[in-house]
Amino acid sequence: MSSITLTASASANAARRGNLLGRRLLILGTWLAFMLFLLLPLLVVLGEALKQGLGTFLGAIFEADALSALKLTLLAVGISVPLNLLFGVAAAWCVSKYQFRGKSLLVTLIDLPFSVSPVIAGLVYVLLFGAQGLFGEWLQEHDIQIVFALPGIVLATLFVTLPFVARELIPLMQEQGTQEEEAARLLGAGGWQMFWHVTRPNIQWALIYGVVLCSARAMGEFGAVSVVSGHIRGYTNTLPLHVEILYNEYNHVAAFSVASLLLLLALLILLLKQWSESRINRLKAGAGEE
Amino acid sequence: MSRRTSPVIPGFGLTLGYTLVYLGLLVLIPLGALFVHAAQLSWSEFCAIISAPRVLAALKLSFATAFAAAIINGIIGTLLAWALVRYRFPGRKLIEAMIDLPFALPTAVAGIALTALYAPSGLVGQFASDLGLKIAYTPIGICLALTFVTLPFVVRTLQPVLADIPREVEEAAACLGAKPLQVFRHVLLPALLPAWLTGFSLAFARGVGEYGSVIFIAGNMPMKTEILPLLIMVKLDQYDYSGATAIGVLMLLVSFILLLSINLLQRQIGKA
Repeated sequence: MSSITLTASASANAARRGNLLGRRLLILGTWLAFMLFLLLPLLVVLGEALKQGLGTFLGAIFEADALSALKLTLLAVGISVPLNLLFGVAAAWCVSKYQFRGKSLLVTLIDLPFSVSPVIAGLVYVLLFGAQGLFGEWLQEHDIQIVFALPGIVLATLFVTLPFVARELIPLMQEQGTQEEEAARLLGAGGWQMFWHVTRPNIQWALIYGVVLCSARAMGEFGAVSVVSGHIRGYTNTLPLHVEILYNEYNHVAAFSVASLLLLLALLILLLKQWSESRINRLKAGAGEE
Repeated sequence: MSRRTSPVIPGFGLTLGYTLVYLGLLVLIPLGALFVHAAQLSWSEFCAIISAPRVLAALKLSFATAFAAAIINGIIGTLLAWALVRYRFPGRKLIEAMIDLPFALPTAVAGIALTALYAPSGLVGQFASDLGLKIAYTPIGICLALTFVTLPFVVRTLQPVLADIPREVEEAAACLGAKPLQVFRHVLLPALLPAWLTGFSLAFARGVGEYGSVIFIAGNMPMKTEILPLLIMVKLDQYDYSGATAIGVLMLLVSFILLLSINLLQRQIGKA
């Protein structure tokens, strides 16, 4: 009996020793991958942007076309993120609080934009609203411009970022179930009261998390917006498209300067993400203790 | 519609209706328009467009590089997830937070940054070209960009699953005399595989459609380094809407068939 225990503990020890070497190699590899893959590209953007000094850097950012691109990007994000937020809450509500036939199909359809190329997302709106599109003639008669204008950019952004909020909320709300809401209703809360005082506190951090991811993608979307924007400098150019134009004009310093503005926004988004994530984990840990 | 709804929670009709209308207007009808537009082509016209050598070359390139990038991520991502979940080491929190950088960073920025690094005159590219290896403006560069953009998928799907496997399970297996490889094969692999496949297929789907990060590093030479989404763009710039539509439909169909088969494979594994 004791000899069996001995060999067992010996082999466990051997496994642990093997683990120690593997562990060191793996941690080293993780650091290497991090530096080569994530840190280096980040530093290159900043390095190239500041190559000709701070003056050129600031000049490229505060140039009129860059500023109007920034304004357009913020506008597109400002319109599309709240709309997808509302959709995400509604979709998560009906998927997680009720049972109905076709639910898994609905969830699949909500995820659909993730497996469609952004270029195709742009293409479908050109086919619908472009000059030769399905509604093209009607739109022209009524002098409404969708493609190559702000509405097209917003539509393309909406398509690409549609699943983000719903995706974060659905698993969480399914886990939370319906008991708390039912209790609130039985105690006499109205529908809106129940949502605001019972559901919202439970989901708000996941909601913020989804909004952060949604904003990141909306701010940086390139392919879909590129198809519908028409690239009119100063009018329908978003920040990422502005980076492309500058880069293709061999104005590398300006391109990287504008890119580093987007990089700073991305780092800010990572910070916000980290913050909302830690709040979600704290809530989960708190729920576990109860 | 048969449904078992909670009678006291309001809002079923409202939220379901809103979800369906929103989804229909933004996603389903527009995607339907793509197929309606494609249906205006005759079958032989459609075949002629998609069997053009330039289209076939782009199709092969797009799916091959996306597949390779997803495999690379399947390996690197598993190792990263393992290290981040199982070990505590200096800088872990920083790396953990930065793993999502490719999702937060606009793809165009990633594209020009990687090109600046891996072009023959770039920081890493010059070492590679000393060794006779060209990265930027070749399929290797495309694969690299796709690997960067899809890096978080596998890591993020594996992490929660790994965290849920108690360490004792592996230790028990080791105590019972299993070699590390056996522990991996019989204990870890079955638990991780479904999540791994999910991460893999997400990365793959994203890689096939990716545009922004690739076009800068690809060089975009027809027949050699031209990806499928770029070809749609080229057709659109030439006002060749039928061509763009046919390629779009082809791309959607191939992606859906691949994702469906991965899904089926996943169910098969889940049953076993």
